[in-house]
Amino acid sequence: MIPVAPFTADPVPEPTGNIWNWDFAIEIFPEILRAFLEVTLLVTVVGTVIAALLGLVIAIMIRVLPRPLAFVLRWAANFIRMTPLVVQLLVLYYGFTWMDPLTIGFIVFGVHYATYMSEVYRAGIDSVPKGQWEATKALSMSAGRTWRRVVIPQALRSTIPSLGNYAISMFKDTPFLFVISVAEMVRVAQTIGAQTFRYTEAITIAGLIFLAASYPTALLINRLEKRLAYAN
Amino acid sequence: MDWLDQQQQNFESLQNFGPRLWDGFLLTVQLTLVGAALAFVIAVILGLMGGSPKWWLRTPARIIIEFFRGTSLLVQLFWVYYVLPLFGLTLESAFTVGVIALGLNYGAYGAEAVRASLTSVASGQWEATVALSMSWQHKIRRVIFPQAWALMIPSLANLLVHLMKGSAIVYIVGLNDFNFELDQLRRVTDAWFAYAFVGLIGYFTFALVLTQIMRLLEVRARHRLGQGLSMREILSPAPKLPTGIQPGGAS
Repeated sequence: MIPVAPFTADPVPEPTGNIWNWDFAIEIFPEILRAFLEVTLLVTVVGTVIAALLGLVIAIMIRVLPRPLAFVLRWAANFIRMTPLVVQLLVLYYGFTWMDPLTIGFIVFGVHYATYMSEVYRAGIDSVPKGQWEATKALSMSAGRTWRRVVIPQALRSTIPSLGNYAISMFKDTPFLFVISVAEMVRVAQTIGAQTFRYTEAITIAGLIFLAASYPTALLINRLEKRLAYAN
Repeated sequence: MDWLDQQQQNFESLQNFGPRLWDGFLLTVQLTLVGAALAFVIAVILGLMGGSPKWWLRTPARIIIEFFRGTSLLVQLFWVYYVLPLFGLTLESAFTVGVIALGLNYGAYGAEAVRASLTSVASGQWEATVALSMSWQHKIRRVIFPQAWALMIPSLANLLVHLMKGSAIVYIVGLNDFNFELDQLRRVTDAWFAYAFVGLIGYFTFALVLTQIMRLLEVRARHRLGQGLSMREILSPAPKLPTGIQPGGAS
């Protein structure tokens, strides 16, 4: 178990002769990779699932609720979207002291990105042709059936690449969990640095793991986006 | 009544903390604006390089852009803070560390926006500059960039809000910004009052001001290209109708 360091970064150590030590880098790599697999990926996956579902709910609510309520909901979403994740994490961390920091991470990442994803869904719903809505009326479908069977399936298809891009952004925002003492990858790297006074290897490895995970995924999403654009 | 008393105490603490909080807020504003200025310079340089047809300009730009987009902001902040001094680059103030990290990270994102908007400028415009045998500087400065600028402002506005939100993490390398002062306020009041009430509303107001400024910049950029109303017409109390619709004219 990694000891919990104070929430601010430790002071910079005195420069030593050698900047990079391969033996040390190989030694600490498994520990950093474990934090990546156990915490960073977990938060990204759970956060993305919450954000994708809640985002859809918000997008539909804004469309079906009566005007004043929809207005309030839209501005609440704007408020969450335009304020820092770090401060939102801290609110819940100090506000709900009984809650597990990792759970707070799931909630804050899920809700914060849900407000982004709801915009993606909104665009997707808007892109469903008007004729489709009229057809459901003509067939006297119920509202629930219209959404479930006609609108959402068509709206979702074009949203997948954008949702993927937000999942990658969320992934790259997970180090913000540092401030609520969750032992995610960057915090583990920083703790190793503080204990050994060697920061270069730990922080560089953390950065390279981020790059190695996010760049191929971004390329994949890019290709998917082109494929979908071509299919349409 | 307990709750009300508590709130009254909270507001008293807020009053005592007022000057400190305001200083912290101004530091966040500075961090955001200076960071954004650096990010913009980096974005334009990398964006122009990335959109260049010459491979020896394009490849390094792509590598730098993907590197800073792919590694996380906090990693870069720590890298600037802990590792750069080992190369003999000791940054005296946490402010500089924050500005460099924010500038590099969001500059790389901005470079993509700049490159994308340069390629969206109509190809006829590029061809016309060749036909007029304009020099590279001349065509970018007078023809291509003004048009790309109007196109890139919406993405840059989004990134500016992202940068502002990202600046809240910089306190961990020892900067007494708004978020740091909120933590001090939190110790004497409670988390909901300090972070949720004062903090989130403060950041939100700043974000709204930033987006409105960017919107005005977009109006100005479009007007200079002959599209849309001028800033003065939009801000005037009696707005003019869009051009083409003459009040009282023949229908």
